[in-house]
Amino acid sequence: MLRDITLGQYYQTDSLLHRLDPRVKIVGTFAYIISLFLFRNITIYLIAGLWLFAMIRLSKVPFRFMVKGLKPVIMILLVTVICNVLFTKGTPVFSFWKITITDEGLKMALFMTIRFVMLIIGSTLMTLTTTPNQLTDALESLLSPLNKLHVPVHEISMMMAIALRFIPILMEETDKIMKAQLARGADFESGNMFKRVKAMLPLLVPLFVSAFRRANDLAMAMEARCYRGGEGRTKMKPLIYKNTDRRAYLCILVYLVVLIVGGFIGKRLPL
Amino acid sequence: MQIIIDQLNYSYGDGAMRQQALKDVSFSIPKGQFLALIGHTGSGKSTLIQHLNGLLKAESGSIYFHGEDISDEDYNRKKLRSKVGLVFQYPEHQLFETDVFRDVCFGPKNLGLDDNKAGLKAFEALHQVGIPEELFYVSPFELSGGQKRRVAIAGVLAMEPEVLILDEPTAGLDPRGREELLTMLKKLHKQKHMTILLVSHSMEDVAKYAERVLVMEKGSVIHDGSPKEVFSKREELKRLGLDVPEITDFMQDLQREGFPVNPQMITVEEARQEILKAFKKGQLC
Repeated sequence: MLRDITLGQYYQTDSLLHRLDPRVKIVGTFAYIISLFLFRNITIYLIAGLWLFAMIRLSKVPFRFMVKGLKPVIMILLVTVICNVLFTKGTPVFSFWKITITDEGLKMALFMTIRFVMLIIGSTLMTLTTTPNQLTDALESLLSPLNKLHVPVHEISMMMAIALRFIPILMEETDKIMKAQLARGADFESGNMFKRVKAMLPLLVPLFVSAFRRANDLAMAMEARCYRGGEGRTKMKPLIYKNTDRRAYLCILVYLVVLIVGGFIGKRLPL
Repeated sequence: MQIIIDQLNYSYGDGAMRQQALKDVSFSIPKGQFLALIGHTGSGKSTLIQHLNGLLKAESGSIYFHGEDISDEDYNRKKLRSKVGLVFQYPEHQLFETDVFRDVCFGPKNLGLDDNKAGLKAFEALHQVGIPEELFYVSPFELSGGQKRRVAIAGVLAMEPEVLILDEPTAGLDPRGREELLTMLKKLHKQKHMTILLVSHSMEDVAKYAERVLVMEKGSVIHDGSPKEVFSKREELKRLGLDVPEITDFMQDLQREGFPVNPQMITVEEARQEILKAFKKGQLC
């Protein structure tokens, strides 16, 4: 029922992207996401699309896993597209009753969709190729300068690691409770909005109870193993940059430069 | 026959991660039988029982409940779920209401009963599972583990199912809780002629309560017979990661050592009689 959500799930295989230092992947993903918002013209989407395609090939993760990650956000996407098409003012292309569809609106909707899809696929790719542990280690390492400002970086990254780790567990739990309530005649599908929200109660209450129980157990288990926070804590596998990682940083830089140049060229082109 | 299962197949996942969970499962359950389903973890037991009340849909094959195919488009699955009660593993995790009584009312109310009728059913069900009245209006989260479990089972019983399926209902209970729960099931079976399907890892419980045992392995039912028949295959069960009741183990060892006892005893009581009989005949010592 709920097994389709891939966001935050790791795909086990051996590829260049999998072996890369997670810090590179985080920086790369950020650079990629920012690059999508730098300009709004077709050239940069082409460049970013090529880059994304190359990354997907390098990752050796089947493409359908990324498409699966899109499924849960399709509703949000549809709403934004409709809003953009209907409510953007500009040169009208098509008019019917009170609805006017404008050239700008269509363009906006198209760009929004491309951006959104590429953004989701790009970030899904990062979580598919990086284990949650690596991801949070990398974040901790990248954010460590903030330690000087008394930001509890280790604690934040630990919280993230736990949150990520719990996504699949809670998914499974939801599935289980849902089935248990269905077996007691619960109905999650029919009825109006109000009824449906009310029908979620038998699902949400046990889910929260179990989340708290699990959190409690985990805290206990961590304390039993003398967890005392980040201070003086060493790592079994510290992150160390290798030559491949340096080359990867260079690739990201080249990508950004190409994209920015492409963006300026694209501005001069029509569309 | 109350339930007929015919050539059931089911797989999880797709593509490379596809795993066949059920393979050509066929058997039928007559009304009023007490069955046990055994098999090691991942053998498809839980998948199978979820098919019986329509929570999972078979890929191929069919299940007939009172002669009607439950996978038919227009089959009333909600009604089926009230007739085939399913108690999941750790059912106490599904409790959600503010008090015990209301939680048990959830099932009957979903069937469209009014407050009075639902309350009556809840009252009866709570009595059946032995929850004292002073606990009716406390929060289910304040109860002990065993009590919670019984309340959760009452939540299914309140729908008055004809068939009750329980997935390891005694897991995590203390010995007394186990005994009480299983005695209660036996009583339901005897008094209400309820069909009971018990998924269990305790061979002792299976030997003591079940009339028929199904053994699952890799998604197929590989043995189907009385507990005595099934537990006579000690070596095979052990190879499958299962076991026979300790007392059966013991009797089979005794016989191997040359004592004139029948090794097919599966409960302690039977074994006691058998050993005493051998003593009386004067064949021992």
